[in-house]
Amino acid sequence: MSISRMEAPELLSLNRFNVDEDEPHIVLDKNNCLLCKEKPCLVVCPAVLYKLNKNGEMSFDYAGCLECGTCRVMCRNKGIVKWEYPRGTFGVSFRQG
Amino acid sequence: MSETEKMDAIIIGAGPAGIACAYTLAKAGKEVLVIERAESPGAKNVTGGRVYSYALEMVEEGLTSEAALERKITHEQIMMLDGDQAINIDYHNPAYNSEEKTAQSYSILRARFDEWFAGKAEEMGAMVACGIKVDKLLKKDGKIVGVLAGEDEMYADVVVAADGVNSLMAQKAGLIKDIPAHNVGVGVKEVIELPAKTIRERFNLQEDEGAARMILGCTEGIHGGGFLYTNQDSISLGCVFMPEEVAAHGKSVHEIFQNLKMHPAIYPLIADGETVEYGAHLVSEEGYRGIPKKLYRDGFLMVGDAAGFVINTGYSIRGIDLAIVSGVAAARAILTAPSIEQVGPAYMKELNNAELLPTMKAVDGYTDLLSIPRIYTSYPQTALGVFEKLFTVDGKKPESVIKGVKAVLKSNGLSYWQLFKDALRGYRSV
Ligand SMILES: Cc1cc2nc3c(=O)[nH]c(=O)nc-3n(C[C@H](O)[C@H](O)[C@H](O)COP(=O)(O)OP(=O)(O)OC[C@H]3O[C@@H](n4cnc5c(N)ncnc54)[C@H](O)[C@@H]3O)c2cc1C
Ligand code: SF4
Repeated sequence: MSISRMEAPELLSLNRFNVDEDEPHIVLDKNNCLLCKEKPCLVVCPAVLYKLNKNGEMSFDYAGCLECGTCRVMCRNKGIVKWEYPRGTFGVSFRQG
Repeated sequence: MSETEKMDAIIIGAGPAGIACAYTLAKAGKEVLVIERAESPGAKNVTGGRVYSYALEMVEEGLTSEAALERKITHEQIMMLDGDQAINIDYHNPAYNSEEKTAQSYSILRARFDEWFAGKAEEMGAMVACGIKVDKLLKKDGKIVGVLAGEDEMYADVVVAADGVNSLMAQKAGLIKDIPAHNVGVGVKEVIELPAKTIRERFNLQEDEGAARMILGCTEGIHGGGFLYTNQDSISLGCVFMPEEVAAHGKSVHEIFQNLKMHPAIYPLIADGETVEYGAHLVSEEGYRGIPKKLYRDGFLMVGDAAGFVINTGYSIRGIDLAIVSGVAAARAILTAPSIEQVGPAYMKELNNAELLPTMKAVDGYTDLLSIPRIYTSYPQTALGVFEKLFTVDGKKPESVIKGVKAVLKSNGLSYWQLFKDALRGYRSV
């Protein structure tokens, strides 16, 4: 394989994740997202996990989260109602770092 | 654990700050428990990165020689990009790699480094419990007396928050509020594997030498910059952005970073390599002025990133060494303070004795310097424009250098007055 421009899902597929299926560590209230004009989450999330669907609603999957905390710091209108680190051992595991 | 069988110290987070603290305490015979949410130390941590060896030597003389390190940094580089063009300044100092002395700094990968460092603290007698997240702090009579992780209550004389930049523990202790967005940058990074021989050839390195490179002009004008570190068999390539400016700009950090990776001056360095990991992490950007007003309360201390200890001068970034130094300072305070109430003030004294706070204060002005937006746009563009004029030979009569520079300045929207003001600001800052 050589170096090429890679989409976020392809990059994330290189990482090891142990997804906590029972307890999401980030939870949104999508009604608040609807009211938010700026939506910084769409561009600041390095994993590009925040997207708008066809109806302009927020879609978000915590499974590929790199746990950087950027969305937590940037979310203005409290669309993020819960932001915690995943429970112990869950989430991303960097083998390089 | 009941309140009667309490530890001397509980440390939250097995990063460099927490481990340095645990090592020093355990070595002095204290009962220490480090609690880390990752499966193994380092598995949640992303850095540039390099570590300066003076900090490891402060923990224990000779420790550097045993550490899980990548390459000795002997090449300090600054790169400026504009469009497809590039300038690279390479400062080579072989003295950074002399036989007699420990090298000044080393590139590292955190999964390996943190795991090694935690192992060392365990050898000293510290307990490192991984895969456990601390959820809450336990308080009694206005003091922090322990932590709650899941159902387990654990007690200690002192709880040390070494939980990093996004410190939920310092927040729970009531010592900081929500992090203001302008206090942090978001860093993204790919680790790209390449044979050691290829890395040596491409960066002009001796056997175990390495290069550290800061890259300006690759963030589409957003306050931030790229970085590149050579590891033993891989390259760490990344970019840091101020998230507030990203939001205003509208292009995603992922996309701008992929552009950097494919830049004609970067791509040949990583060509034929294989990306093996994609990471991201926040980094404090406010320096001295970003340090919380209070770094302790009774039974509780903040160290490392949790306390905002990062120096970013634009040509280097230091957080790991400061994390280690602050961890040692915290341990010294715990060891010497005559009572729990006196641990906090003793910690502040130790931070001064170790020159951490004075150092951060001395370089505080860089925060002003780096907030000049032109550093990320017009200045690299101007430098490249001038070089283009100098090196372009087309058989025609060249214009005078002064005239050429004037034209470049003008095309980048810079007036002499602006230059003068920025120079003055730069002078005052540093
Ligand atoms: C892109 C980037 C490049 C950088 N480059 C450099 C560089 O080249 N050189 C340099 O010196 N510095 C660099 N830094 C800064 C440096 O990485 C940090 O300053 C340093 O890692 C801080 O160490 P720490 O021990 O304070 O925190 P961390 O290393 O963040 O460790 C915190 C630990 O606490 C754990 N934790 C958090 N919450 C909990 C909880 N509730 N329960 C249990 N465990 C918890 C985490 O899993 C983690 O292991 C860079 C930073 C970034 C983002
Ligand atoms: S923590 Fe970072 S990676 Fe995870 S969703 Fe938020 S911005 Fe994206």
